[in-house]
Amino acid sequence: MENLNGYLIISAILFSIGTIGVLTRKNAIVIFMCVEMMLNAVNLTFVALSRHLGNLDGQVFVLFVMTVAAAEAAVGLALMIAFYNNKESIDVDDINLMKW
Amino acid sequence: MDMITIPAVNVTPILPEIFLSVLAMVLLLINVLIPGDRKTYLSYLSFIGIVVTGVLVGAGWGGHIESFNGSVVLDNFASFFKIIFLVAAGLAILISDQYMEREGCNHGELYPLILFCVVGMMLMASGTDLMTIFLGLEVMSVSLYVLAGFNRANKKSNEAGLKYFLLGAFSTGFLLYGMALTYGATGTTRIAKIAAAVGQMSLPSANIMLVAGMLLMLTGFAFKVAAAPFHMWTPDVYEGAPTPMTAFMSAGPKAAGFAAALRIFLVALPTLQVEWSQVLWVLAVLTMTVGNITALRQDNIKRMLAYSSIAHAGYALVGFAAGNGTGTAGILFYMLSYAFMNIGAFAIIILVAKKGECNGTVQDFAGFGFKHPVLAAAMTIFLFSLAGMPPTAGFIGKFYLFSGAIQKGYIWLAIIGVLNSAASVYYYLRVMVYMYMKESTEEFDWMQVTAPMALCVAISVIGSLIPGIVPSLILQYAQEAIKLI
Repeated sequence: MENLNGYLIISAILFSIGTIGVLTRKNAIVIFMCVEMMLNAVNLTFVALSRHLGNLDGQVFVLFVMTVAAAEAAVGLALMIAFYNNKESIDVDDINLMKW
Repeated sequence: MDMITIPAVNVTPILPEIFLSVLAMVLLLINVLIPGDRKTYLSYLSFIGIVVTGVLVGAGWGGHIESFNGSVVLDNFASFFKIIFLVAAGLAILISDQYMEREGCNHGELYPLILFCVVGMMLMASGTDLMTIFLGLEVMSVSLYVLAGFNRANKKSNEAGLKYFLLGAFSTGFLLYGMALTYGATGTTRIAKIAAAVGQMSLPSANIMLVAGMLLMLTGFAFKVAAAPFHMWTPDVYEGAPTPMTAFMSAGPKAAGFAAALRIFLVALPTLQVEWSQVLWVLAVLTMTVGNITALRQDNIKRMLAYSSIAHAGYALVGFAAGNGTGTAGILFYMLSYAFMNIGAFAIIILVAKKGECNGTVQDFAGFGFKHPVLAAAMTIFLFSLAGMPPTAGFIGKFYLFSGAIQKGYIWLAIIGVLNSAASVYYYLRVMVYMYMKESTEEFDWMQVTAPMALCVAISVIGSLIPGIVPSLILQYAQEAIKLI
């Protein structure tokens, strides 16, 4: 593959957008979507490198990452529902009972 | 069409994992099929399961079997860490039933989740492929998110679960990106092959992709073991989570993070040791100092132990930064002793607390020593061990960690570690001052010491004292365990 650098740069940009989103957004679901974006940026890196190196390890890794992300989403959304039931909000500014 | 050849698979190395997974699934079924609110029998069954798994792990000691095309291995290093996870899980199960009954959230799913979490940690310790380690880490983390938020009706527990989930998933992203870049630089995800590929590079520290991958993986693991400056989630999650789960989280997953990090950095990236040990030097100093200084001003005892647990991760990082035989054997020894002394301390906290997590401050221990001398004596032993005073396990552990650093020439690191250790004595002693030197305002008449609770405290006392008095008993196993490195 000729254009490995292009793919790596795009995934680095996506990863950074995800990171900035996690750090700046207030809504827990949006934060979670940003995390998913980071994971998918990593997936893109894996696939691009896998094509470039000509071995399949990276693509197998991507399958595992997607499976794990699905499991994480199930647990995460359940936690958000439990939080919403008690607080009527999923704004991270309301995650404020404990502070030092 | 060509037949796909399936390589011969030897399941011996993952026998304990298979046993625990099957047991956890059976327990889930039993939980659904047998009606009734009392779930005590599940805690007994899972405790027996933990003991049986311990026997299975012990039977595999001394072997070296690779399986699944080199993605898991059964070696002493993995076995030693598996014993640590089983100790942490077993003790946490013993203290769970009474607490969960009191807080009114004794759902039977708790025990299968703990077992699944242990399976994940075991895969992290025995994985020799970045994929296995990642999967183990996620099995562990996903179970832990649920365990932290297990008390659904409690707002603090909700917050702990959600916070742990968001930050845990965030840190997973960094870890994965690091793994991806390492894969890109070396062309493989097998740890042994990474080591070979890095060994062939003329100047590995000039390979930007490899160094970036290493640093990102380091960040991911630093999150998992709660090292500063990635420790922000720890106090809140530890305070909000149900106390038995806090005890479990501070001992098991921390050890699992070290197990995987040690294997990746010492086996796959030894050629970059100069680079990563410099980073770990800084992390160790920051982690110890931040943990101890902040713990000084905590009144909530769970929060205090959370900061103390950050500090303890810092001590273990001292041994990691040294990266030599003494230091790494010290980490193994310390993680095992830490499981005993920390979970023991949390058991006493559960006993002193009332329903709804009331009575959780240091002041609530006033006069405890006169009302319950035996339990107070046990708490004293745990606190002495946490503070690192002889003749407890905590002292010997720190001794090996710091002497590892000195052998490596990191004199200043050892000095900062000892100073930190001295500062930590203040907040551990403060609890003792309240126990023995203040008038009691309470009668502590709500306390009831159940048999599992007493067993947990007794085991923890033995586990905090024996390795301190006869260190060679444990240390010889720890030294055999690190021979692979």
